[in-house]
Amino acid sequence: MSENLQTYTLSDLKSGPVCCAPKPIIDVQNLQVKYNGVLALDEVSLQINQGCITALIGPSGCGKTSFLSSLNRLTDLIPNVEVEGTILFEGVDTRAPRIDVRQLRTHIGMIFQKPNPFPLSIRKNLEMPLREHGLKNKAELEARIQRVLEDVGLWEEVKDRLEASAMSLSGGQQQRLCIARALVLEPKVLLMDEPCSALDPISSGVVEDLILRLKGRYTVVIVTHNLAQAKRIANFAAFFWMKEKVGKLIEFGQCQQLFEEPAHELTAAYVSGSRG
Amino acid sequence: MKAASRSLYKRNSIHSDHLFGLAIYLCAALVAGAFAWIVADLLVHGLDKLSWSFLTEAPRSSGRKGGISSILVSTLAILAVTMAVALPLSFAAAVWLSEFTQQGGRLSRFVRVCLDVLAGVPSIVFGLFGSAFFCDFLGLGFSILSGGLTLACMVLPILIRATEAGLSSAPEGWRQGAAALGLSKSAALWQILLPAAAPSIGAGLMLGVGRAMAETAALIFTSGYVDRMPDSILDSGRALAVHIFDLSMNVSGGDQAAYGSALVLIVLIGLLNGVALKLSDKLLAKRISL
Repeated sequence: MSENLQTYTLSDLKSGPVCCAPKPIIDVQNLQVKYNGVLALDEVSLQINQGCITALIGPSGCGKTSFLSSLNRLTDLIPNVEVEGTILFEGVDTRAPRIDVRQLRTHIGMIFQKPNPFPLSIRKNLEMPLREHGLKNKAELEARIQRVLEDVGLWEEVKDRLEASAMSLSGGQQQRLCIARALVLEPKVLLMDEPCSALDPISSGVVEDLILRLKGRYTVVIVTHNLAQAKRIANFAAFFWMKEKVGKLIEFGQCQQLFEEPAHELTAAYVSGSRG
Repeated sequence: MKAASRSLYKRNSIHSDHLFGLAIYLCAALVAGAFAWIVADLLVHGLDKLSWSFLTEAPRSSGRKGGISSILVSTLAILAVTMAVALPLSFAAAVWLSEFTQQGGRLSRFVRVCLDVLAGVPSIVFGLFGSAFFCDFLGLGFSILSGGLTLACMVLPILIRATEAGLSSAPEGWRQGAAALGLSKSAALWQILLPAAAPSIGAGLMLGVGRAMAETAALIFTSGYVDRMPDSILDSGRALAVHIFDLSMNVSGGDQAAYGSALVLIVLIGLLNGVALKLSDKLLAKRISL
């Protein structure tokens, strides 16, 4: 099926609480990430505001993805990684020993650069995570699956072929399914690691519209190399840069301000396109 | 480059690609031909031996007369022991290798080298080991159990490598995606990775079954030689491959029965392969749609 705006259902979002209050939901203090003892990201402190879109920008290799995957502790999967500092999620230290990491990840969902639907049917992609987290009620499962598919604008496109393989979807549809799969667990925060960079321009536009619609109900942290996209969708922006082979946070603030009146000369050079 | 050497016309009427293609086809035909020859030879010499009574009667006169019922039972019993032991072990080892050890770590590298060496060990060495360890040291004697356990050691590396290859060919994105959804490692394994690895597990199973069924040397020392119907898996029993070896080498006038038995063996391997293929397809279809 062609992926154009006609098939994209623009109903109101149904899942997730309404929350637009700009108060911090994630508070990162002095975050440090080391791989095999080598510092990759140093001294990052910033606050992610609830219900807002925060864009992480900067050149490749400056620690944006490391920062992102520290938030849901996906860094735990990487051998020989050391994370230092404090990350508070709703006031709770996510790195405390008693934290149930799997529960944490249901609160903080993640979307990857390359769409990674499981090689299951479209329905199973959404149903399996719910079942694994203990939801067995058939009617409830059906309702949730339909709701998130509507939210990501896939319902009309796939409602007649929920049993078809998720791998048969186009790239953009796969990415929206992955977003639906994250939403189905009703997270509060969505981490997105360059969610549009592997998609064609039209699919990318559809996904971007979707991210914009998630604003308010979900807190979104998005890594993007597309400065225009960051400018279009983000409320806040954080600019990372490599200094002496270590990723650092150079500037963080309101998106518009960061693009129009950057406080740091590196930021100014990067957003104007003269460096990076 | 000179203009003349870049003419758009063919210089020779036979393009080198055609020759290459022909050579490839010839090689393929040679392989298929060798197999067809073996099967044809077996059919010509063994087909008239094949009958219901050949399958259901006990061997008489050292196998010259009668059938192969006890041999079939022993063979299948040995295979059952082999698979009952080797499947769970190889499965666990493969999961450990691909999901629980650090890739390229010292321990996993060591285990992999061990497996590769084990895969290359001649079967007669397995036979001697099985005879010394299972028959004597563990006191299992010449028995179907000893033979099955020896064969399990032999097919382990094949099964482990195949399962591991299937698991590690699954994209990293699936593991990351599963972890990011808060799924447990076992959920990711059972729901996503194993069904996706099913075809390669099936292929490994076929190779393993084939190798176990065709084994002679390792069994002569371990499961024994007697051609009567075994009482239990602690009794000794003669496998089909051993029976064929005995008929053609030690029993004069046993050639026809040997051909018949060989034909049965080939058909049996074909059947088991079909079942293995079906099972892995079914596992695949149940969970997964690629």
